[in-house]
Amino acid sequence: MFTAGAESLLHQAREIQDEELQKFCSRVVKLLQKDDPGPDAVDALQRLFLIVSATKYKRKLEKTCVDLLQTTLCSPKCPEQLQFLCAAILRERSPADNLSLSWDHIQSSQQLSLVASVLLAQGDKKEEVRSVGQHAFRVLESRQPEGPSLRHLLPVVSKITHLAPHTLHEDQTNLLSKRLVDWLRYASVQQGVAHTSGGFFSTPRARQPGPVTEVDGAVATDFFTVLSTGQHFTEDQWLNVQAFSMLRAWLVHSGPQGPSAPDADDKSELEGSTLSVLSATSTASHLLPPQERLREKAFEYCQRLVEQSTRRALRKGDADLQKACLVEAVLVLDTLCRQDPTFLYRTLSCLKALHARLCGDPARARALLPIAQFFLSHGEAAAVDSEAILQHLFTRVPCELFHSPMLAFEFVRFCGDSLPLFGRNLDILKRSFPNLFKLLAWNSPPLTSEFVVLLPSLVDAGSAVEMLHALLDLPCLTAALDLQLRLSPAASERPLWDTSLRNPSCLEASRDPEFQALLQHLLRAEASGTVQRLAPLHELLRPMTGCARVVQCAEAVPTLLQAFFSAVTRFADGALTNQLVLVLLERRDSLYQVPQYEDRVHRVLSSQLLALCALHPSLVVDLAKELLEFVGSVSSVHSRGAMLAAVAWAVGEYLSVSWDRRCTVEQITRFFEALEALLFEVTQSRPSAALPKCPPQVIAVLMTTLTKLASRSQDLIPRVSLFLSKMRTLAQSPALSSVHGEEDAGAICTRATELLTLLKMPSVAQFVLTPSAEVSEPRYHRDANTALPLALRTVSRLVEKEAGLLPG
Amino acid sequence: MVHAFLIHTLRAPQAQDTGLCRVLYSCVFGAENSRDDPRPHGAERDRLLRKEQILAVARQVESMCRLQQQASGRTPMDLQPQSSDEPVPLHEAPLGAFRLAAGDPFQEPRTVVWLGVLSLGFALVLDAHENLLLAEGTLRLLARLLLDHLRLLTPSTNLLLRADRIEGILARFLPHGKEGTIRWLQDVWPG
Repeated sequence: MFTAGAESLLHQAREIQDEELQKFCSRVVKLLQKDDPGPDAVDALQRLFLIVSATKYKRKLEKTCVDLLQTTLCSPKCPEQLQFLCAAILRERSPADNLSLSWDHIQSSQQLSLVASVLLAQGDKKEEVRSVGQHAFRVLESRQPEGPSLRHLLPVVSKITHLAPHTLHEDQTNLLSKRLVDWLRYASVQQGVAHTSGGFFSTPRARQPGPVTEVDGAVATDFFTVLSTGQHFTEDQWLNVQAFSMLRAWLVHSGPQGPSAPDADDKSELEGSTLSVLSATSTASHLLPPQERLREKAFEYCQRLVEQSTRRALRKGDADLQKACLVEAVLVLDTLCRQDPTFLYRTLSCLKALHARLCGDPARARALLPIAQFFLSHGEAAAVDSEAILQHLFTRVPCELFHSPMLAFEFVRFCGDSLPLFGRNLDILKRSFPNLFKLLAWNSPPLTSEFVVLLPSLVDAGSAVEMLHALLDLPCLTAALDLQLRLSPAASERPLWDTSLRNPSCLEASRDPEFQALLQHLLRAEASGTVQRLAPLHELLRPMTGCARVVQCAEAVPTLLQAFFSAVTRFADGALTNQLVLVLLERRDSLYQVPQYEDRVHRVLSSQLLALCALHPSLVVDLAKELLEFVGSVSSVHSRGAMLAAVAWAVGEYLSVSWDRRCTVEQITRFFEALEALLFEVTQSRPSAALPKCPPQVIAVLMTTLTKLASRSQDLIPRVSLFLSKMRTLAQSPALSSVHGEEDAGAICTRATELLTLLKMPSVAQFVLTPSAEVSEPRYHRDANTALPLALRTVSRLVEKEAGLLPG
Repeated sequence: MVHAFLIHTLRAPQAQDTGLCRVLYSCVFGAENSRDDPRPHGAERDRLLRKEQILAVARQVESMCRLQQQASGRTPMDLQPQSSDEPVPLHEAPLGAFRLAAGDPFQEPRTVVWLGVLSLGFALVLDAHENLLLAEGTLRLLARLLLDHLRLLTPSTNLLLRADRIEGILARFLPHGKEGTIRWLQDVWPG
């Protein structure tokens, strides 16, 4: 484990000076030049590796040292340990400009593989990838299929395919395809012998190893695959496993390149037909060209894997391998069907049966995802209805398995990656958002960024309101899921709920039928189209607000709300915007009380409120009644500063005839009176522990709004002027400055003065405070007759002149 | 295809303010195609970038692991093994995955699968669309092998100076970043 000793070792390795390092390099050179390097050389190289790798900056090693490392790596007599270390050091220094490995003569393929790893780390500036690939293929061509150590070479080939597929010629591709067929299909079915022999006294007779077995212990019934087990394995069995692991990537690389492929027309015909007698039987495989033959054998291999996955494994490790291989097999089948639709008929029946088997087995739920993806990709072509499969996937799996972080991640990734394939089935995805939110609520740190990308596809005009409520209640959902796990624990070795909180008091209380109904709504699997007030549930689940998982979810919600609103504002019309604003107003004080959650959500909601008002200014008039209620409710001030400021600002900006002709003087007056009363109360009352002080920004916004309203209904001007001068006096008084501080009180005073001055010229006030929409046109500001600065200057000069003309 | 494998420190949740997350070992399989950089010292810059990418991954893994541990209510005390002889129950070790967007920090989008064992984190950086069950199995296997063969639980051993062992295990079980041989522990592994 990482101890103080290790920390200091790391520190030393980083701090070693150049001079000392050069001395060390000379020592390394001496040790490596000996005929029999020995453990000292190993030790020295281990230290050198640490020195090179410990720092992200380049370490200057002597040229002789580097050259010797390269020579040692390529030398045929080099012991394995030293090979590994030289390769590791050279790779750590990569990319390096002065690399010169002479590797043509190397016979051992393990050594070749190590050299390749160094070359591939250079970043392909000198076409290293191509030369490594060519070299590997030369070795491949020259050996027999059962060659001694090809298994070190195959991963290199696989890597080259991945990095630079265009460097391979057609005959090389064909060669490898042929070899892969041999390894996949014709590997030995007898177990290998142990490598270590008994020594001098052992009898030469070795026990016959016997045939390989299946994972459930039965003797192997067919050809060898990655799911066959045994005590020891032969070389070709290793190659079988490696061939399978690179199969998918190789099929993609060597498959038809695109629309210009020669058989494309024939294939598209077949794709249109459903059951074709021709496709039901496979062509005699030895007549096929290499790629087609490989596909045929790959298909057989995958079918065998699917069959082998039905067996009950004796060991847990094998059960895990079964699942992984099953997923891989489905992915390979998907690739095969893409490349050659004639496989489709045979694959469909196999996968439908597989799906039916997996449905009832929660331990294998992750394998349902690639199957669903397969049906989404190929369902159209085969006229198969993928709806039932998706329905099962979206309604059952998240409910039962939200607590598995890997399943949750893969599920959400599946949704994101398969979006273009959903087509008609997109409703199923959208309807299931409550279930998807369970995955998010339980596993918020890794899934938040995934959902930010996914949300725009989940939300539409019909579900926006319900989804907004669901997002605001997300931390409550987390708590409810935790509660659910405690009440009906899943069969698992260790508790899945938060073990730091034992027996919360809400456990018993939640059995009450009233709460049960609310919990059922919160934990619903599909969008219900209705909204329920969950305030009693917030209260019930209060003991869980401190749980780490709930807190983590609460921290993610503001980001999700931003994503939600940026998606919704793209399509929301006036009616939907009104509904959303009503939700914002209603939920401002009906949130699950996780510490700091309310503040953070209010900040987002207030900025979104303004954005929504900017999009549909007439909502201020539409929702005048509700906004007035909001302003009038006393408790709205003290802890809702952000929301109140936003509402006041919106009212000030948009409550005018120029935005909506329905705006009446009565409305303006009513708002004026409500805001005036509110401001009065705010400034008169003393702050206490229960009612914290009103932020000065809110005071300023309220004053500005009152002025704006007055500028539109000029009867109110005397009232507001009086109020503002009272505010100014108050701001200068010691009472206010003791509450808000000197600076803030000064700012309030300044704002009050500015507003008062503006109100002295009512028409200018109107012009400034209620500009018409043309103000945003640049022409408005360039045109000498209408520009605002010019107008203000003119006015102030006139006022001064007037003042000068007046006596006294 | 695995792009990189790394081992790094995992600090206890309370101790996160002291010290830094350290990458103890990392191996990148192949190199990202570096943009044409005509300036001198391009190679150094590429290496620096690579090291910093790995460190960025290590920090994110540490933070994800910590969040997962906190969320499940486990304290670090739960995780100390009773004795160094007992095999660490890897099936209960925290495990997770997350996605890295393109450019942050790798050029292409990638997925990270991670496993936390006591105070060490193991992580695989994969291409964006990989078979995660296979990656998970590979990661568990690598961790098991490294813990057993390097006896990482005894206080005196140090994986910093055992690069040859780590390289050997990787060469066998994750050659050039290719998973697939995730079993057969009985087969010969030089002890």
